[in-house]
Formats: sequence, structure tokens, C-alpha cells
Amino acid sequence: MAEPLNRDAAAIADRAGQLADEAQRLATEAADLAHRAAQADAPATDPVLFGLTVFALACFVGYYVVWKVTPALHAPLMSVANAISGVVVLGAMIAAGPAIFGVSKLLGFVAVVVASVNIFGGFIITQRMLQMYRKKDG
Amino acid sequence: MEASIASFAYLVAAVCFILGIRGLASPETARRGNWIAIAGMAIAVGATLLRPQIVTFELVLGGIVIGGAIGTVIALRVKITDLPQLVAIFNSLVGLAAVLIAAAALESPSLYGIPLDGGLATHSLVEIMASTAIGAVTFTGSVVAFAKLHGLMQSAPITFTGQRAVNAFVGLIVLMAALAFAGWGTAGLFWALALAALIWGVLVVIPIGGADMPVVISVLNSASGWASCGIGFTLDNPLMIITGALVGASGAILSYIMCKGMNRSLAHVLLGGFGGETDGPAGDVADRGPVKAGNADDAAFMLRNAGSVVVVPGYGMAVAQAQYALREMVDMLEGEGVRVRFAIHPVAGRMPGHMNVLLAEANVPYDKVVEMEAINRDFPSTDIAFVIGANDITNPSARNDTSSPIYGMPVLEVDRSRMVMFVKRSMASGYAGVDNPLFFNENTMMLFGDAKAMCEGIIKSLE
Repeated sequence: MAEPLNRDAAAIADRAGQLADEAQRLATEAADLAHRAAQADAPATDPVLFGLTVFALACFVGYYVVWKVTPALHAPLMSVANAISGVVVLGAMIAAGPAIFGVSKLLGFVAVVVASVNIFGGFIITQRMLQMYRKKDG
Repeated sequence: MEASIASFAYLVAAVCFILGIRGLASPETARRGNWIAIAGMAIAVGATLLRPQIVTFELVLGGIVIGGAIGTVIALRVKITDLPQLVAIFNSLVGLAAVLIAAAALESPSLYGIPLDGGLATHSLVEIMASTAIGAVTFTGSVVAFAKLHGLMQSAPITFTGQRAVNAFVGLIVLMAALAFAGWGTAGLFWALALAALIWGVLVVIPIGGADMPVVISVLNSASGWASCGIGFTLDNPLMIITGALVGASGAILSYIMCKGMNRSLAHVLLGGFGGETDGPAGDVADRGPVKAGNADDAAFMLRNAGSVVVVPGYGMAVAQAQYALREMVDMLEGEGVRVRFAIHPVAGRMPGHMNVLLAEANVPYDKVVEMEAINRDFPSTDIAFVIGANDITNPSARNDTSSPIYGMPVLEVDRSRMVMFVKRSMASGYAGVDNPLFFNENTMMLFGDAKAMCEGIIKSLE
């Protein structure tokens, strides 16, 4: 008596799982379509090319700004670099934000924690170091 | 509309980060720069919280609170001497975060608005591949660097037969996994790539010795920047691209400066060039002639009667935590009318700027701390060069012995001063395993002992 019931329950669970997968696939496709529809209206800029433009210019800015840093402050330079590279937290926040719980949400959460350690730790240690640099009688 | 607000906020944040680094051009503007960078980060995070993808806030804010608390406690508690380790572990975290976010992007691309045409586009796969590979190598490489700097692992190079072949082989696997992932983009290949890159990160750093750590840390710092840059490309986020490029450039320039300070190529350092610190003197030391050794009282007498003294600190000072005693000694000498300055070699210590920050910690005013190029011409008019815990960076063979392994390395020309004092625990050679002929010079006085104990001895004698 219990066995067929169990079998039925398993079958239903299975079917539910399939439906959930189907729903997820549809949702993804809908999101994709929406994305493409949105892009169709926008002026056509290749995002990769745009990214490369930003990247190339930022490399030049970085090069000139960093050479201006006094060697005495190379240690704080490294720790402030640690702090600002914590900016990947923005990507992690988006992964941790959706309503549905899933693998990517979990990955996002861990990444938020890790990146926040960097942001807080990096800025605080930089500030601690910079507090110590004083001129005579300063 | 929200998208434009976010984009504008990211632009503001990017400008803040650039100004933050710009502030480090001088100690006077540096603190303000750091605050500007903090403001930039707050703006960027705040704008992201408003984005429509973020529906539930528990994990987002919870993660920031937990991570922020951990980071705050670490940064407030850490000793300034342990700074190199701290930077190493922070580098590793950026690498880890990059891998995690790349995995999340692969898992649910629609979340980030990554277009799907029956699968991810090749450029998205290449971006995910690059940030994963760089992030994973940065992660484990930095963990090993941390372990070496923190003494959890021997800091001398760890070598085994066929090491280069093994490293090259694993490197090849990373490359093949990367290409395969860019081609097929399956989750299995993603994790295979991540695993191979994690292993490679360990293998690459273990054969590198302690004194090469300034280069290793700089390179890993740079790599953490390029990894976040890759994530920025994947997620089409210009702020991450800009920040990654800034950090990448900063690390790359520091690596260049460090390599130049050792007159070695980056490849030479990363392939594990030198054999590591040796404990005993090399074989022919006994033939080099007598060594003049002195004690704290002799040193105190001579220092007090000198007109000008240049102190040359090295890693030994950091190990002995001698910076406070040293500063007290210098204060007393200044009280006696001696002019004292500090000379800093770019690779002294275990990270760029290590000596500067230790001296700043001990309240040495930064205008008394002089870089190598600026002070070298002053040594001929210096009475005493007081070398404390440094060796190779003062070795004159780098200038005049073409057969020396360190020939060509820029050094502090302490031998041109009227007298040199070396505070050292023993006659052991330095990291490069090269004898320092200066020890046998008749104008040299060796002060054997722990750096801190020696400074305290000199202080006692001066009183």
C-alpha cells in the first residue's frame, strides 16, 4: 500500500523538478529577450569594444598616477590598492541579491564577505599607516 | 534611469579612486586621498544597492557587515611589522572573490544581463576564463606568500628535482583547460581550470625565497588588479575595469621598481634565482683577513663624536623590532648635536616601502628618511654609516666586482663614508649568498648582536 504511494510521490516530485527547470529556462529566455529588446533601442556600441576603450585609458591613467607616488608611501599604495580592488564586491552583491536561493546566490554571498574584508581592512590599515607619517614636530 | 544613475555613480567612484592614489604623491595629501577613495567606495556600493537585480538584502548587507567586521578587526589588530603578510593575504582575497564571482556569472548569466544565444558568447567565456585563471593563481600564490612571510612555512626556496618541468607541465594544463573552457564553456571545464590554476599558483611561489618577496607581493598585487579587471569585462562594469587597471598598473610599476632595485629580471626572480639565506659564512671567509669587532660602548663613543651619521636599516631591523630603540638612540645623538638621517634602499625589507613604514611607526619624521639616489652622493661627507640588519644592499662588490652575482645591483655606497658600523648577528652572508668585503675593511667596525639589544646598549652607554 505504502509502496505505490511512495512511487507516485517520487514521480510527482520528479515532475515538479522538471517543471521548475522548465520555468527557470523560460525565465532566462525571457530575460535574454528583454535584454536584446532593450539593446535594439540603444545605439549600437559593442560592449567589449567599450570595455577595451575604458581599459586602455585607465591603464594610462594608472601608469602616470602611480609613478607620481613617492617611494616612501609605497606600502600604503599597496594597501589602498588592496582596498579598492575590493570593488569586485559590486559584482558579488548582484549575485547575492536575487529573490530565489541558488548556487550563484551562495557564491555571491561568500564573495561579498571576502571582498568586504578587503575594503574595510585595506582602507583602515592604510589610514593607520598614513597617521604615522609625520614631519618633524608635526 | 536607475542604470544611468548607477553609471554616473561609478564614474564618480572611479575619479575618487584615481584621486585617492594621486594623494599618495606626498604624505601631506595622502590622508585626504584615502578619505576620497573611501567616499568613492561608499558611493559605488550605495548605487549598486539601488539596482533592480538586488531584491533581497539579507545576504548582501549581512555579507558586508560580516566581512567588514572581520576586515576591521584584522586591520586594527595587526602589527605594522606584519604588514607584508597582511598585504599578501588581502591580495589572495581579491583573487578568491574574482573566482567566486566568475562562477556565479557562469551559473546565472541572466542576472548580470550577459546575453545568451543558446550559450554564452565566446567573448564572455574568454573574460570568465581570464578572471578565473588569474584570480585562482593570485589566490593560492598569495596564500603561499603569506605563509612564507608569516613563518608558517620556511621562507627559503622550496625546491625539488624536475621542479621547472612540473611547473611547466601544470602551466600547460592550465592553458589547455583555459582554451577548452573558452571553446565549450561547461561548468566541469570551469572547475577544472580553476583547480589547475590553484595548484599552479602554489607551485610558482614555493621556489621563491624570502628576500624576493617584495617582487612577489608586487606581482600578486598586480595580478589581483587584472583579475578584477577581467570580472569588470564579464559584467560590463566600467568601474571594475578602471579600478582593476589602476591596481594592475600599480603592482606592475612596483614590480618593475623592485626588480630594478635588485638588477634582476622579473623572470629571474619568479623562476627562483638565488639559493636562499645561508647560515654559515662561505668557505674562504677566514682568508679575508681580520675583522674589527666592537661593543656598544665603542660605538656610542664614536657616534657621539661624529658630525653626521647615516642609518641604513634592513630586514634585520624589522625582525628584531629594533625601530623604537633605534629612534631613541638617534634622538639622543641629535641631542648631542649629531646630524642623523636614514637611507632607504628600494628592496630593503619584505615589501615596497617596508622600512619607511616601520620608521614612521617609530615616529621618525619622514623628511629625515632619504631614498637611495638622493643620499648616495652624501656618503663621502658622512662620518659614520650605521648599517642595522642590512647586508647585500650595501655590498660594494655590486659596483666593482664584475664576477659577483650581484654585480650591477644599485647599492647604498656606505663604503665611501669615513667609517661603517655593521650591526649583525653573525658573519653570515646575506640573501644572495655573497660575502660582503666591507666587513674586512679597516674602516669597518662589526657590532655583533641582536639589533634591538645593540641599540639599547648604545643608549645606555650614551646616557
